[in-house]
Amino acid sequence: MILKDLSEAVGVAGDERRVGEVVIDAVREHVDEVQVDTMGNILALKRGTTGPDLTSKPDERPMRVMLAAHIDEVGLMVVGHDSDGFLQVRSVGGIDARLLPGVLLWVGPERIPGIIGIKPVHLVQQEESRKVATIEQLVVDVGAKNKDEAKTLAPLGTNATFATQFRELGPTVRGKAFDDRAGCAVLVEILRGEPFPFDVWAAFTVQEEVGLRGARIAAYTIKPDCAFVLEGTVADDLPKDKDTSPTTELGKGPAITVMDRSFIADRRLVRHLTSTAEALGIPYQVKQPGIGGTDAGAIHATREGVPSVTVAIPCRYIHSPVALLSLDDYDDTVRLMRESLSRLTYRTLEERE
Amino acid sequence: MEPIPLLKQLSEINGVSGYEEPVRELLRRMWEPFVDEMREGRLGSLIALKRGSGPEPRPGLMLAAHMDEIGLMVTGIDKGFLRITWVGGTDERVLLGQEVIVHGQHDLPGVVATRPPHVLEHAERKETVPWDKLFVDVGLPAPEVEQIVAVGDLITIQREMAVLKNQRVAGKAFDNRASVAALTLTLEQLASTQHPWDVWAVATVQEETGLKGAITAAYGVAPDVAVALDVTFGKQPGVQDVDSIPLGEGPTIGIGPNFHPRLAARLRKTADTHEIKYHIEPVPGRSGTDAWAIQVSREGVPTALVSIPVRYMHQPVEMLDVLDVERTGRLLTAFIAGLEPEFLERLAWDAPAESE
Repeated sequence: MILKDLSEAVGVAGDERRVGEVVIDAVREHVDEVQVDTMGNILALKRGTTGPDLTSKPDERPMRVMLAAHIDEVGLMVVGHDSDGFLQVRSVGGIDARLLPGVLLWVGPERIPGIIGIKPVHLVQQEESRKVATIEQLVVDVGAKNKDEAKTLAPLGTNATFATQFRELGPTVRGKAFDDRAGCAVLVEILRGEPFPFDVWAAFTVQEEVGLRGARIAAYTIKPDCAFVLEGTVADDLPKDKDTSPTTELGKGPAITVMDRSFIADRRLVRHLTSTAEALGIPYQVKQPGIGGTDAGAIHATREGVPSVTVAIPCRYIHSPVALLSLDDYDDTVRLMRESLSRLTYRTLEERE
Repeated sequence: MEPIPLLKQLSEINGVSGYEEPVRELLRRMWEPFVDEMREGRLGSLIALKRGSGPEPRPGLMLAAHMDEIGLMVTGIDKGFLRITWVGGTDERVLLGQEVIVHGQHDLPGVVATRPPHVLEHAERKETVPWDKLFVDVGLPAPEVEQIVAVGDLITIQREMAVLKNQRVAGKAFDNRASVAALTLTLEQLASTQHPWDVWAVATVQEETGLKGAITAAYGVAPDVAVALDVTFGKQPGVQDVDSIPLGEGPTIGIGPNFHPRLAARLRKTADTHEIKYHIEPVPGRSGTDAWAIQVSREGVPTALVSIPVRYMHQPVEMLDVLDVERTGRLLTAFIAGLEPEFLERLAWDAPAESE
């Protein structure tokens, strides 16, 4: 399963090479061109069935549709070594410090095991017991006995990520980095299918977690007519005291974003997706507006602007050591994207309310 | 036995307090070649006897290491999510995002659910999640969960032991499987060692929930002398040196009101004679170990405590130095081999102190 290979690959933002290799291996046979840009974005062209771009008239050349999913993940970076051989780390992207105590990590490209422990509960004073230790207060233990050994094992700048194996739980699967390897997997599945009438430019982007950095230049290069961003997004459907929105829920189909904190989705693309879903009986949900942000935030504001929308697989526990998603949602997301793309034309973008 | 595979096996097997059967049955198989007889205590402790060579009636030494571990229990099912509580001193600060196994009608993999930071209030990100907001998610639809899982089912942390640098290993349940491993190594060595005293090796139950196995097994065995084996705080960031012991410098020998001073002195002397590294660990009051219960069993039992330093206690990444486990095994073997038939007389209050 491509999602397993992608989930278990390690690619903390800024160091995504290994995930890129998994992607290239997975799509090479199914696309016409693959290029890697200066930051490490993987850009793959799958030509449309209407042939190459031979005319200069904008409305007669084949449409260019960008499909984006980011290959980076949140993690930790070694920023120092103390005299007892512990690694001082800082987060790369949004790491939740509440989750770090008790984790097992893969440190560096060799995946050296490292752990984060905290003061034993027996020695904790009552008043400090509820306080979460900050990342600045935590250290990673790889078993090194002194500073020199620690430096040799994990030099400054070494990345670490959660040591989590992918696992199937029946109707769901769990693993690390589903934000956004779930989106990457959907994109791979789309590329593996039949070509569309228009050119599809797939962008497997870097550095989303540190500020949508890769998507910005990828969109500039691709110069798309419109863009679909594929994500693994928040599902917050635990039982709660207050009746707050779950953001998205597992098992209720792909989540379509109308607005988050990075952009407002193109209404025509939203409607195209929802009407396709309704026509074919594919379940979908609208993500609670105003939560999070994605590569669409960078892509929609590229050059003169790119109509964009985000479609996501609901994932519980993103940014934690182990996220969980529904395989039905996964299949429905692939299907909704394929069907929507096969019905996409210039007219979709010309329609008015 | 090779210590690293032994530690791995003992760390990864599950035996939450009150439900120690898998560990007990594993130990029964492991210990069988080394001991003369075995029985099971009424609460489930494994009690093994290795007879000594001295004249009858022989004095008996009890070595006690608890085999239970802390864990979780299902208290309710809400929309298919499991509500949980602690068994023993489980530390809720290290549960978020952990992979677990739910021991329902069959084992289910699960994860301790965590609301992502994206949806949390600022203040919520600064505080640990309290028990009533912790859930386990097994990724199945609610009706299926209710068929497989019931209130009262156990949950354990799913964690394979990791081998770190410098012969250090990390995993769950090293409190107190580290000592169980040391005790197993001792029994292996005793099989080819002459010793006058009878040795009772006891893997006790329910230490984490109130020393219950030690209370009952000490009564049942009625030893003349006892040594409890447990873990102690390894030196680590955030913990004062005075409260902790460096890894890799041997086990500790406890001193304080819980321990018989002459017995502790004999352990020290043994370690010195055999050039086995150790630290002295002052324990001013209750030791929080099986030693606390054994000392006041029946008419009282002269008791000592040997502890293996472990970092990050009660966390899924408990870490130790394998050499400390081996040293503990060697120290106990040497101590037992050196117990003369009349050693008990030296423990009398009016007996002269041993010369150094």
